Amino acid sequence: MIWDEEFETMPREALDSLQAYRLRKIAERVYATVPFYKEAFDKAKIHPSRIKSLEDLKRLPFTNKTDLRDNYPFKLFTLPLHEVVRIHASSGTTGKPTVVGYTKRDIDTWSALMARTLSCAGVQKGDVVQNAYGYGLFTGGLGFHYGSEKLGATVIPISGGNTKRQIMIMEDFGSTVLVCTPSYALTIAEVMDEMGVKKERLKLRVGIFGAEPWSRNMRQQVETKLGIQAVDIYGLSEVIGPGVSVECIEAKNGLHIFEDHFIPEVIDPDTGESLPYGEAGELVFTTLTKEAFPVIRYRTKDITRLFPEPCRCGRTHVRMDRVTGRTDDMLIIRGVNFFPSQIESLLMDIEGLEPHYQIIVRREGTLDTLEVRIEVNEAVFSDEIRKLESLEKKVTGECREMLGISAKIKLVEPKTLQRFEGKAKRVIDERNIQ
Amino acid sequence: MKVKQISVFMENKSGRLAQITRVLGDADINILTLSLADTADFGILRLLVSDNEKAVRALKAAGFTVGENDVLAVDIPDRPGGLADFLELIGVNDINIEYMYAYRKGGKSILIFRFEDLDRAGKIFADTPFKLLSSEELYGLS
Repeated sequence: MIWDEEFETMPREALDSLQAYRLRKIAERVYATVPFYKEAFDKAKIHPSRIKSLEDLKRLPFTNKTDLRDNYPFKLFTLPLHEVVRIHASSGTTGKPTVVGYTKRDIDTWSALMARTLSCAGVQKGDVVQNAYGYGLFTGGLGFHYGSEKLGATVIPISGGNTKRQIMIMEDFGSTVLVCTPSYALTIAEVMDEMGVKKERLKLRVGIFGAEPWSRNMRQQVETKLGIQAVDIYGLSEVIGPGVSVECIEAKNGLHIFEDHFIPEVIDPDTGESLPYGEAGELVFTTLTKEAFPVIRYRTKDITRLFPEPCRCGRTHVRMDRVTGRTDDMLIIRGVNFFPSQIESLLMDIEGLEPHYQIIVRREGTLDTLEVRIEVNEAVFSDEIRKLESLEKKVTGECREMLGISAKIKLVEPKTLQRFEGKAKRVIDERNIQ
Repeated sequence: MKVKQISVFMENKSGRLAQITRVLGDADINILTLSLADTADFGILRLLVSDNEKAVRALKAAGFTVGENDVLAVDIPDRPGGLADFLELIGVNDINIEYMYAYRKGGKSILIFRFEDLDRAGKIFADTPFKLLSSEELYGLS
Protein backbone atom coordinates (compact mmCIF):
# COMPACT_ATOMS: atom_id res chain seq x y z
CA MET A 1 0.00 0.00 0.00
CA ILE A 2 1.29 3.47 -0.87
CA TRP A 3 0.60 6.17 1.70
CA ASP A 4 1.32 9.21 -0.46
CA GLU A 5 0.71 8.19 -4.05
CA GLU A 6 1.40 11.63 -5.53
CA PHE A 7 4.89 11.98 -4.15
CA GLU A 8 5.99 8.37 -3.83
CA THR A 9 5.24 7.57 -7.48
CA MET A 10 6.21 10.95 -8.92
CA PRO A 11 7.85 10.72 -12.36
CA ARG A 12 11.61 11.32 -12.29
CA GLU A 13 11.50 14.61 -14.14
CA ALA A 14 8.93 16.13 -11.82
CA LEU A 15 10.84 14.83 -8.82
CA ASP A 16 14.05 16.40 -10.10
CA SER A 17 12.49 19.82 -10.48
CA LEU A 18 10.80 19.56 -7.09
CA GLN A 19 14.15 18.69 -5.53
CA ALA A 20 15.93 21.56 -7.31
CA TYR A 21 13.30 24.03 -6.15
CA ARG A 22 13.39 22.80 -2.57
CA LEU A 23 17.19 22.65 -2.56
CA ARG A 24 17.45 26.31 -3.39
CA LYS A 25 14.87 27.20 -0.73
CA ILE A 26 16.66 25.24 1.98
CA ALA A 27 20.07 26.62 0.97
CA GLU A 28 18.68 30.15 1.21
CA ARG A 29 17.23 29.34 4.61
CA VAL A 30 20.43 27.98 6.17
CA TYR A 31 22.54 30.70 4.56
CA ALA A 32 20.36 33.42 6.04
CA THR A 33 19.97 31.96 9.53
CA VAL A 34 22.97 29.79 10.48
CA PRO A 35 26.41 31.46 10.65
CA PHE A 36 28.13 28.08 10.22
CA TYR A 37 26.48 27.54 6.82
CA LYS A 38 27.03 31.12 5.67
CA GLU A 39 30.71 30.79 6.41
CA ALA A 40 30.97 27.38 4.72
CA PHE A 41 29.07 28.55 1.61
CA ASP A 42 31.19 31.69 1.35
CA LYS A 43 34.35 29.65 1.69
CA ALA A 44 33.18 27.34 -1.11
CA LYS A 45 32.27 30.46 -3.15
CA ILE A 46 28.68 29.42 -3.71
CA HIS A 47 25.72 31.68 -3.04
CA PRO A 48 22.26 30.09 -2.73
CA SER A 49 20.94 32.40 -5.47
CA ARG A 50 23.22 30.59 -7.92
CA ILE A 51 21.60 27.21 -7.35
CA LYS A 52 19.69 26.53 -10.58
CA SER A 53 19.60 22.77 -10.86
CA LEU A 54 20.44 19.61 -8.97
CA GLU A 55 23.90 19.66 -10.54
CA ASP A 56 24.73 22.64 -8.31
CA LEU A 57 24.37 20.43 -5.26
CA LYS A 58 27.92 19.16 -5.83
CA ARG A 59 29.28 22.66 -5.30
CA LEU A 60 27.84 22.90 -1.80
CA PRO A 61 30.13 22.12 1.15
CA PHE A 62 29.81 18.91 3.17
CA THR A 63 28.63 18.88 6.76
CA ASN A 64 30.39 16.46 9.12
CA LYS A 65 29.52 15.06 12.49
CA THR A 66 32.33 17.18 13.96
CA ASP A 67 30.56 20.29 12.64
CA LEU A 68 27.51 19.23 14.63
CA ARG A 69 29.63 18.78 17.75
CA ASP A 70 31.39 22.12 17.24
CA ASN A 71 28.01 23.83 17.13
CA TYR A 72 26.66 21.99 20.17
CA PRO A 73 23.94 22.25 21.24
CA PHE A 74 21.70 24.60 19.22
CA LYS A 75 23.89 26.64 16.91
CA LEU A 76 22.79 24.84 13.74
CA PHE A 77 19.09 25.48 14.39
CA THR A 78 17.55 27.91 11.92
CA LEU A 79 15.02 29.12 14.46
CA PRO A 80 15.05 30.33 18.06
CA LEU A 81 14.35 27.61 20.62
CA HIS A 82 10.81 28.82 21.29
CA GLU A 83 9.86 27.69 17.78
CA VAL A 84 11.31 24.25 18.47
CA VAL A 85 8.84 21.79 19.97
CA ARG A 86 11.07 18.74 20.26
CA ILE A 87 14.72 17.93 20.77
CA HIS A 88 16.38 14.58 20.14
CA ALA A 89 20.02 13.64 20.45
CA SER A 90 22.42 10.85 19.67
CA SER A 91 23.74 8.79 22.56
CA GLY A 92 27.02 10.67 22.60
CA THR A 93 29.09 7.60 23.40
CA THR A 94 32.07 9.09 21.60
CA GLY A 95 31.81 12.55 23.09
CA LYS A 96 29.15 15.24 23.23
CA PRO A 97 25.85 14.11 21.73
CA THR A 98 24.67 15.53 18.45
CA VAL A 99 21.52 17.50 19.06
CA VAL A 100 18.65 17.92 16.60
CA GLY A 101 15.46 19.97 16.80
CA TYR A 102 11.98 19.82 15.27
CA THR A 103 9.29 22.45 14.75
CA LYS A 104 5.63 21.52 14.98
CA ARG A 105 5.63 21.17 11.21
CA ASP A 106 8.78 19.01 11.29
CA ILE A 107 7.00 16.61 13.62
CA ASP A 108 4.08 16.45 11.18
CA THR A 109 6.44 15.79 8.26
CA TRP A 110 8.27 13.13 10.22
CA SER A 111 5.01 11.45 11.30
CA ALA A 112 3.84 11.36 7.69
CA LEU A 113 7.16 9.90 6.58
CA MET A 114 6.86 7.21 9.25
CA ALA A 115 3.29 6.47 8.15
CA ARG A 116 4.75 6.01 4.66
CA THR A 117 7.44 3.78 6.09
CA LEU A 118 4.97 1.56 7.90
CA SER A 119 2.71 1.39 4.81
CA CYS A 120 5.71 0.43 2.74
CA ALA A 121 6.17 -2.57 5.06
CA GLY A 122 2.50 -3.48 4.60
CA VAL A 123 1.30 -2.17 7.96
CA GLN A 124 -2.16 -0.64 8.04
CA LYS A 125 -4.97 0.49 10.27
CA GLY A 126 -5.98 -2.49 12.38
CA ASP A 127 -2.41 -3.62 12.94
CA VAL A 128 -0.97 -3.73 16.45
CA VAL A 129 2.56 -2.33 16.47
CA GLN A 130 4.82 -3.46 19.28
CA ASN A 131 7.31 -0.60 19.41
CA ALA A 132 10.44 -1.97 21.05
CA TYR A 133 12.71 0.80 19.86
CA GLY A 134 14.00 2.96 22.70
CA TYR A 135 11.88 5.96 23.67
CA GLY A 136 13.67 9.07 24.81
CA LEU A 137 16.38 11.13 23.18
CA PHE A 138 16.90 8.35 20.62
CA THR A 139 14.64 9.02 17.62
CA GLY A 140 13.60 5.40 16.98
CA GLY A 141 10.88 5.01 19.60
CA LEU A 142 9.01 8.29 19.16
CA GLY A 143 9.44 8.22 15.37
CA PHE A 144 7.62 4.89 15.15
CA HIS A 145 5.12 5.99 17.77
CA TYR A 146 3.93 9.08 15.91
CA GLY A 147 4.04 7.27 12.57
CA SER A 148 1.87 4.41 13.81
CA GLU A 149 -0.67 6.82 15.26
CA LYS A 150 -0.72 8.86 12.07
CA LEU A 151 -1.35 5.66 10.12
CA GLY A 152 -4.15 4.70 12.48
CA ALA A 153 -2.51 1.52 13.72
CA THR A 154 -2.54 0.59 17.40
CA VAL A 155 0.83 1.25 18.98
CA ILE A 156 2.20 -0.42 22.09
CA PRO A 157 4.85 1.95 23.43
CA ILE A 158 6.81 -0.74 25.24
CA SER A 159 10.32 0.52 24.37
CA GLY A 160 13.33 -1.83 24.51
CA GLY A 161 14.28 -4.34 27.18
CA ASN A 162 12.46 -6.55 29.65
CA THR A 163 12.27 -9.30 27.08
CA LYS A 164 10.00 -11.75 28.92
CA ARG A 165 7.45 -9.02 29.36
CA GLN A 166 7.75 -8.12 25.66
CA ILE A 167 6.84 -11.70 24.81
CA MET A 168 3.95 -11.85 27.24
CA ILE A 169 2.51 -8.62 25.85
CA MET A 170 3.08 -9.74 22.28
CA GLU A 171 1.04 -12.83 23.02
CA ASP A 172 -1.68 -11.22 25.15
CA PHE A 173 -2.21 -8.06 23.06
CA GLY A 174 -1.95 -9.88 19.72
CA SER A 175 0.84 -7.74 18.30
CA THR A 176 1.04 -8.11 14.52
CA VAL A 177 4.06 -5.90 13.92
CA LEU A 178 7.37 -5.85 15.78
CA VAL A 179 9.74 -2.94 15.40
CA CYS A 180 13.20 -2.98 17.03
CA THR A 181 16.84 -3.54 16.17
CA PRO A 182 17.49 -6.83 14.33
CA SER A 183 19.77 -8.06 17.09
CA TYR A 184 17.04 -7.45 19.65
CA ALA A 185 14.61 -9.40 17.44
CA LEU A 186 16.97 -12.37 17.71
CA THR A 187 17.25 -11.93 21.45
CA ILE A 188 13.45 -12.00 21.66
CA ALA A 189 13.36 -15.20 19.58
CA GLU A 190 15.92 -16.78 21.87
CA VAL A 191 14.02 -15.90 25.02
CA MET A 192 10.80 -17.19 23.42
CA ASP A 193 12.58 -20.46 22.95
CA GLU A 194 13.68 -20.55 26.58
CA MET A 195 10.16 -19.72 27.75
CA GLY A 196 8.70 -22.37 25.45
CA VAL A 197 6.59 -19.82 23.56
CA LYS A 198 6.10 -21.13 20.02
CA LYS A 199 5.97 -18.58 17.20
CA GLU A 200 2.64 -20.07 16.12
CA ARG A 201 1.11 -18.70 19.31
CA LEU A 202 1.86 -15.15 18.21
CA LYS A 203 0.03 -13.09 15.61
CA LEU A 204 3.20 -11.39 14.41
CA ARG A 205 3.42 -11.14 10.64
CA VAL A 206 5.92 -8.39 9.91
CA GLY A 207 8.91 -6.70 11.50
CA ILE A 208 10.67 -3.46 10.65
CA PHE A 209 14.24 -3.67 11.81
CA GLY A 210 17.03 -1.15 11.65
CA ALA A 211 19.43 1.15 13.51
CA GLU A 212 22.35 -1.18 12.80
CA PRO A 213 23.77 -2.99 9.79
CA TRP A 214 22.56 -6.57 9.37
CA SER A 215 23.11 -9.22 6.76
CA ARG A 216 20.73 -11.05 4.45
CA ASN A 217 21.37 -14.21 6.39
CA MET A 218 20.42 -12.52 9.60
CA ARG A 219 17.16 -11.51 7.95
CA GLN A 220 16.48 -15.15 7.16
CA GLN A 221 17.14 -16.15 10.75
CA VAL A 222 14.80 -13.49 12.08
CA GLU A 223 12.11 -14.46 9.58
CA THR A 224 12.36 -18.16 10.34
CA LYS A 225 12.59 -17.86 14.10
CA LEU A 226 9.73 -15.39 14.46
CA GLY A 227 7.69 -16.60 11.48
CA ILE A 228 7.42 -13.12 9.94
CA GLN A 229 8.47 -11.01 6.99
CA ALA A 230 11.34 -8.73 7.97
CA VAL A 231 12.09 -5.46 6.22
CA ASP A 232 15.06 -3.17 6.63
CA ILE A 233 14.65 0.46 7.66
CA TYR A 234 17.18 3.23 7.65
CA GLY A 235 17.38 6.63 9.26
CA LEU A 236 19.49 8.81 11.49
CA SER A 237 18.64 11.63 13.84
CA GLU A 238 20.80 14.13 11.95
CA VAL A 239 18.61 13.67 8.88
CA ILE A 240 15.24 13.17 10.62
CA GLY A 241 15.36 9.85 12.48
CA PRO A 242 13.74 6.69 11.13
CA GLY A 243 11.71 7.48 8.02
CA VAL A 244 14.55 8.30 5.64
CA SER A 245 14.23 5.04 3.72
CA VAL A 246 12.67 1.60 4.03
CA GLU A 247 12.22 -1.58 2.02
CA CYS A 248 8.84 -2.37 0.55
CA ILE A 249 7.27 -5.67 1.52
CA GLU A 250 6.57 -6.44 -2.17
CA ALA A 251 10.20 -6.61 -3.27
CA LYS A 252 12.34 -6.48 -0.08
CA ASN A 253 15.15 -5.45 -2.34
CA GLY A 254 16.73 -2.14 -1.43
CA LEU A 255 15.36 0.71 0.66
CA HIS A 256 13.24 3.42 -0.97
CA ILE A 257 14.65 6.81 -0.04
CA PHE A 258 11.90 9.41 0.31
CA GLU A 259 13.46 11.69 -2.22
CA ASP A 260 10.88 14.45 -2.09
CA HIS A 261 12.33 15.19 1.37
CA PHE A 262 15.95 14.04 1.14
CA ILE A 263 18.51 14.10 -1.65
CA PRO A 264 20.91 11.15 -1.37
CA GLU A 265 24.40 11.01 -2.82
CA VAL A 266 27.11 8.39 -2.62
CA ILE A 267 30.65 9.69 -2.47
CA ASP A 268 34.16 8.35 -2.31
CA PRO A 269 34.90 8.79 1.42
CA ASP A 270 38.53 9.69 0.72
CA THR A 271 38.18 12.18 -2.13
CA GLY A 272 34.64 13.42 -1.54
CA GLU A 273 33.80 12.91 -5.19
CA SER A 274 30.31 11.79 -6.18
CA LEU A 275 30.11 8.21 -7.35
CA PRO A 276 27.77 6.93 -10.08
CA TYR A 277 24.73 4.79 -9.31
CA GLY A 278 25.62 1.24 -8.33
CA GLU A 279 29.02 2.04 -6.82
CA ALA A 280 29.58 1.61 -3.09
CA GLY A 281 30.65 4.59 -1.05
CA GLU A 282 29.65 6.92 1.77
CA LEU A 283 26.05 8.02 1.87
CA VAL A 284 25.41 11.78 2.01
CA PHE A 285 22.07 13.48 2.64
CA THR A 286 20.64 16.92 2.09
CA THR A 287 17.30 17.53 3.76
CA LEU A 288 14.80 19.47 1.67
CA THR A 289 11.86 20.21 3.93
CA LYS A 290 13.04 20.32 7.52
CA GLU A 291 12.57 23.65 9.29
CA ALA A 292 14.40 23.64 12.61
CA PHE A 293 17.40 21.53 11.73
CA PRO A 294 18.10 21.12 8.03
CA VAL A 295 21.42 19.62 6.95
CA ILE A 296 23.32 20.23 3.74
CA ARG A 297 25.34 17.33 2.33
CA TYR A 298 25.58 15.58 5.67
CA ARG A 299 28.15 12.77 5.63
CA THR A 300 26.55 9.78 7.32
CA LYS A 301 29.67 7.55 7.39
CA ASP A 302 27.38 4.71 6.27
CA ILE A 303 28.52 2.66 3.29
CA THR A 304 25.94 1.73 0.66
CA ARG A 305 25.02 1.91 -3.03
CA LEU A 306 22.15 3.62 -4.85
CA PHE A 307 19.91 2.09 -7.49
CA PRO A 308 17.72 4.34 -9.67
CA GLU A 309 15.53 1.66 -11.29
CA PRO A 310 11.87 1.98 -10.27
CA CYS A 311 10.60 -0.80 -8.05
CA ARG A 312 7.79 -3.19 -8.89
CA CYS A 313 5.85 -1.80 -5.91
CA GLY A 314 5.30 1.32 -8.02
CA ARG A 315 7.50 3.72 -6.09
CA THR A 316 9.79 5.79 -8.28
CA HIS A 317 12.28 6.94 -5.66
CA VAL A 318 15.91 5.83 -5.72
CA ARG A 319 16.67 2.80 -3.61
CA MET A 320 19.70 2.23 -1.41
CA ASP A 321 21.32 -1.10 -0.70
CA ARG A 322 21.33 -2.31 2.87
CA VAL A 323 24.12 -0.55 4.75
CA THR A 324 27.13 -2.85 4.65
CA GLY A 325 29.20 -0.99 7.21
CA ARG A 326 30.44 2.36 8.34
CA THR A 327 33.51 4.27 7.36
CA ASP A 328 34.31 4.39 11.07
CA ASP A 329 33.69 0.73 11.89
CA MET A 330 35.56 -0.56 8.89
CA LEU A 331 38.30 -2.77 10.21
CA ILE A 332 41.72 -2.62 8.69
CA ILE A 333 43.75 -5.62 9.66
CA ARG A 334 47.13 -6.17 8.10
CA GLY A 335 46.15 -3.92 5.24
CA VAL A 336 42.86 -5.67 4.54
CA ASN A 337 39.66 -3.61 4.78
CA PHE A 338 36.44 -5.29 5.77
CA PHE A 339 33.26 -4.81 7.75
CA PRO A 340 32.02 -6.92 10.67
CA SER A 341 28.87 -7.67 8.66
CA GLN A 342 30.99 -9.69 6.21
CA ILE A 343 31.99 -12.03 9.01
CA GLU A 344 28.42 -12.25 10.20
CA SER A 345 27.28 -13.26 6.77
CA LEU A 346 29.90 -15.99 6.62
CA LEU A 347 28.96 -17.37 10.03
CA MET A 348 25.28 -17.49 9.22
CA ASP A 349 25.98 -19.47 6.08
CA ILE A 350 27.28 -22.29 8.23
CA GLU A 351 24.39 -24.38 9.33
CA GLY A 352 23.56 -24.41 13.00
CA LEU A 353 25.80 -21.55 14.04
CA GLU A 354 24.27 -19.14 16.48
CA PRO A 355 23.99 -15.57 15.34
CA HIS A 356 25.87 -14.52 18.45
CA TYR A 357 29.43 -13.64 17.72
CA GLN A 358 32.03 -11.12 18.67
CA ILE A 359 35.08 -9.88 16.86
CA ILE A 360 38.17 -9.03 18.85
CA VAL A 361 41.06 -7.19 17.33
CA ARG A 362 44.38 -7.03 19.13
CA ARG A 363 47.88 -5.97 18.36
CA GLU A 364 50.60 -8.42 19.27
CA GLY A 365 53.96 -6.78 18.72
CA THR A 366 53.51 -5.14 15.37
CA LEU A 367 50.99 -7.66 14.11
CA ASP A 368 47.23 -7.21 14.26
CA THR A 369 45.27 -10.30 15.17
CA LEU A 370 41.64 -11.08 14.56
CA GLU A 371 39.69 -13.34 16.86
CA VAL A 372 36.12 -14.40 16.21
CA ARG A 373 34.20 -15.73 19.20
CA ILE A 374 31.25 -17.94 18.37
CA GLU A 375 28.71 -19.33 20.77
CA VAL A 376 28.29 -23.09 20.58
CA ASN A 377 24.69 -24.25 20.50
CA GLU A 378 23.22 -27.73 20.50
CA ALA A 379 23.03 -27.87 16.71
CA VAL A 380 26.78 -27.75 16.29
CA PHE A 381 27.94 -29.27 19.55
CA SER A 382 29.39 -32.77 19.45
CA ASP A 383 30.90 -35.06 22.03
CA GLU A 384 33.85 -35.49 19.67
CA ILE A 385 36.67 -32.98 19.77
CA ARG A 386 37.51 -33.42 16.11
CA LYS A 387 34.04 -32.36 14.99
CA LEU A 388 34.30 -29.09 16.89
CA GLU A 389 37.82 -28.61 15.62
CA SER A 390 36.68 -29.15 12.07
CA LEU A 391 34.03 -26.47 12.60
CA GLU A 392 36.79 -24.12 13.74
CA LYS A 393 38.82 -25.03 10.69
CA LYS A 394 35.87 -24.44 8.41
CA VAL A 395 35.28 -20.94 9.74
CA THR A 396 39.01 -20.18 9.65
CA GLY A 397 39.17 -21.36 6.05
CA GLU A 398 36.17 -19.32 4.96
CA CYS A 399 37.54 -16.22 6.68
CA ARG A 400 40.81 -16.67 4.86
CA GLU A 401 39.05 -17.22 1.57
CA MET A 402 36.79 -14.20 1.91
CA LEU A 403 39.02 -11.71 3.69
CA GLY A 404 42.45 -13.01 2.83
CA ILE A 405 43.56 -12.99 6.46
CA SER A 406 43.61 -15.67 9.08
CA ALA A 407 41.35 -15.39 12.07
CA LYS A 408 41.53 -17.28 15.30
CA ILE A 409 38.19 -18.91 15.95
CA LYS A 410 37.24 -19.38 19.54
CA LEU A 411 34.20 -21.40 20.49
CA VAL A 412 32.54 -20.13 23.64
CA GLU A 413 29.69 -21.27 25.83
CA PRO A 414 26.18 -20.11 25.04
CA LYS A 415 24.97 -16.85 26.56
CA THR A 416 28.49 -15.75 27.36
CA LEU A 417 28.55 -13.01 24.76
CA GLN A 418 26.72 -9.82 25.45
CA ARG A 419 23.07 -9.56 24.39
CA PHE A 420 21.69 -6.38 22.96
CA GLU A 421 18.46 -4.53 23.45
CA GLY A 422 19.50 -1.74 21.13
CA LYS A 423 22.36 -1.46 18.70
CA ALA A 424 24.71 -4.41 18.81
CA LYS A 425 28.38 -3.85 19.45
CA ARG A 426 30.13 -6.72 17.73
CA VAL A 427 33.67 -5.47 17.58
CA ILE A 428 36.09 -5.04 20.43
CA ASP A 429 39.17 -3.27 19.17
CA GLU A 430 41.88 -3.53 21.77
CA ARG A 431 44.53 -1.93 19.63
CA ASN A 432 45.73 1.35 21.01
CA ILE A 433 46.43 3.17 17.83
CA GLN A 434 47.47 6.74 18.45
CA MET B 1 23.15 -52.72 24.04
CA LYS B 2 23.99 -49.07 24.27
CA VAL B 3 24.42 -46.76 27.18
CA LYS B 4 23.39 -43.09 27.10
CA GLN B 5 26.10 -40.61 27.85
CA ILE B 6 25.72 -36.88 28.27
CA SER B 7 28.34 -34.38 27.19
CA VAL B 8 28.79 -30.74 28.09
CA PHE B 9 30.62 -28.00 26.22
CA MET B 10 32.88 -25.98 28.45
CA GLU B 11 35.35 -23.20 27.97
CA ASN B 12 38.74 -23.62 29.56
CA LYS B 13 38.07 -21.30 32.43
CA SER B 14 38.94 -21.94 36.03
CA GLY B 15 36.05 -23.10 38.16
CA ARG B 16 33.92 -24.27 35.25
CA LEU B 17 34.13 -27.96 36.08
CA ALA B 18 33.30 -27.18 39.69
CA GLN B 19 30.18 -25.32 38.55
CA ILE B 20 28.98 -28.19 36.41
CA THR B 21 29.45 -30.75 39.15
CA ARG B 22 27.73 -28.45 41.63
CA VAL B 23 24.72 -28.09 39.32
CA LEU B 24 24.51 -31.88 39.16
CA GLY B 25 24.99 -32.22 42.90
CA ASP B 26 22.25 -29.71 43.65
CA ALA B 27 19.92 -31.64 41.36
CA ASP B 28 20.70 -34.78 43.34
CA ILE B 29 22.41 -36.53 40.46
CA ASN B 30 25.18 -39.01 41.05
CA ILE B 31 28.11 -39.20 38.64
CA LEU B 32 29.12 -42.79 37.84
CA THR B 33 32.15 -41.85 35.79
CA LEU B 34 33.40 -39.03 33.62
CA SER B 35 36.12 -38.02 31.22
CA LEU B 36 37.32 -34.62 30.16
CA ALA B 37 38.75 -34.00 26.73
CA ASP B 38 40.35 -30.67 26.19
CA THR B 39 41.99 -28.43 23.65
CA ALA B 40 43.67 -25.10 24.33
CA ASP B 41 40.38 -23.23 24.29
CA PHE B 42 37.57 -25.56 25.16
CA GLY B 43 36.81 -28.91 26.65
CA ILE B 44 34.13 -31.55 26.39
CA LEU B 45 33.01 -33.18 29.58
CA ARG B 46 31.47 -36.63 29.11
CA LEU B 47 29.50 -38.16 31.88
CA LEU B 48 27.58 -41.24 32.87
CA VAL B 49 25.13 -40.21 35.53
CA SER B 50 22.33 -41.69 37.60
CA ASP B 51 19.53 -39.80 35.79
CA ASN B 52 20.22 -38.47 32.30
CA GLU B 53 16.96 -36.66 31.79
CA LYS B 54 17.20 -34.78 35.05
CA ALA B 55 20.88 -34.00 34.47
CA VAL B 56 20.25 -32.58 31.00
CA ARG B 57 17.42 -30.44 32.33
CA ALA B 58 19.49 -29.06 35.19
CA LEU B 59 22.51 -28.30 33.01
CA LYS B 60 20.44 -26.61 30.31
CA ALA B 61 18.70 -24.51 32.91
CA ALA B 62 22.13 -23.43 34.12
CA GLY B 63 22.92 -22.28 30.58
CA PHE B 64 25.18 -25.08 29.36
CA THR B 65 25.20 -26.65 25.92
CA VAL B 66 24.45 -30.32 26.50
CA GLY B 67 24.48 -33.24 24.13
CA GLU B 68 23.32 -36.82 24.54
CA ASN B 69 24.70 -39.78 22.67
CA ASP B 70 25.25 -43.53 22.82
CA VAL B 71 28.39 -45.29 24.00
CA LEU B 72 29.22 -48.92 24.71
CA ALA B 73 30.18 -50.08 28.19
CA VAL B 74 32.37 -53.19 27.92
CA ASP B 75 33.20 -55.52 30.76
CA ILE B 76 36.91 -56.27 30.28
CA PRO B 77 38.47 -59.26 32.06
CA ASP B 78 40.43 -57.94 35.01
CA ARG B 79 43.80 -59.56 34.32
CA PRO B 80 47.10 -58.60 32.64
CA GLY B 81 46.55 -58.44 28.88
CA GLY B 82 42.76 -58.22 29.18
CA LEU B 83 42.52 -54.82 27.57
CA ALA B 84 45.09 -55.73 24.91
CA ASP B 85 42.98 -58.73 23.85
CA PHE B 86 39.99 -56.49 23.44
CA LEU B 87 41.79 -53.76 21.52
CA GLU B 88 43.33 -56.33 19.17
CA LEU B 89 39.89 -57.63 18.38
CA ILE B 90 38.82 -54.11 17.52
CA GLY B 91 41.94 -53.60 15.41
CA VAL B 92 41.41 -56.81 13.47
CA ASN B 93 37.88 -55.73 12.65
CA ASP B 94 39.06 -52.30 11.58
CA ILE B 95 36.90 -50.33 13.95
CA ASN B 96 37.92 -46.81 14.82
CA ILE B 97 37.81 -45.62 18.44
CA GLU B 98 36.73 -42.00 18.83
CA TYR B 99 37.53 -42.01 22.53
CA MET B 100 37.42 -44.23 25.59
CA TYR B 101 37.56 -43.97 29.34
CA ALA B 102 37.60 -46.38 32.23
CA TYR B 103 35.29 -47.20 35.10
CA ARG B 104 36.09 -49.68 37.78
CA LYS B 105 33.57 -50.69 40.33
CA GLY B 106 32.29 -53.73 42.16
CA GLY B 107 35.34 -55.77 41.14
CA LYS B 108 34.70 -55.12 37.45
CA SER B 109 36.84 -53.23 34.95
CA ILE B 110 34.52 -51.47 32.61
CA LEU B 111 35.60 -49.41 29.64
CA ILE B 112 33.34 -46.85 28.03
CA PHE B 113 33.85 -46.67 24.27
CA ARG B 114 32.71 -44.32 21.58
CA PHE B 115 33.29 -46.07 18.25
CA GLU B 116 32.95 -44.54 14.84
CA ASP B 117 30.40 -47.22 13.99
CA LEU B 118 28.71 -48.18 17.21
CA ASP B 119 26.29 -50.70 15.70
CA ARG B 120 28.94 -52.65 13.86
CA ALA B 121 31.13 -52.72 16.95
CA GLY B 122 28.22 -53.98 19.05
CA LYS B 123 27.59 -56.88 16.65
CA ILE B 124 31.20 -57.97 16.66
CA PHE B 125 31.34 -58.34 20.42
CA ALA B 126 28.21 -60.46 20.48
CA ASP B 127 30.12 -63.72 20.07
CA THR B 128 33.14 -62.89 22.19
CA PRO B 129 33.87 -63.14 25.90
CA PHE B 130 33.55 -59.38 26.17
CA LYS B 131 30.25 -58.54 27.69
CA LEU B 132 28.32 -55.36 26.98
CA LEU B 133 26.59 -53.80 29.94
CA SER B 134 23.22 -52.10 29.90
CA SER B 135 22.55 -48.86 31.77
CA GLU B 136 20.70 -50.78 34.45
CA GLU B 137 23.57 -53.20 34.93
CA LEU B 138 26.01 -50.33 35.05
CA TYR B 139 24.08 -48.41 37.66
CA GLY B 140 23.28 -51.56 39.58
CA LEU B 141 26.91 -52.43 40.16
CA SER B 142 27.87 -52.17 43.74
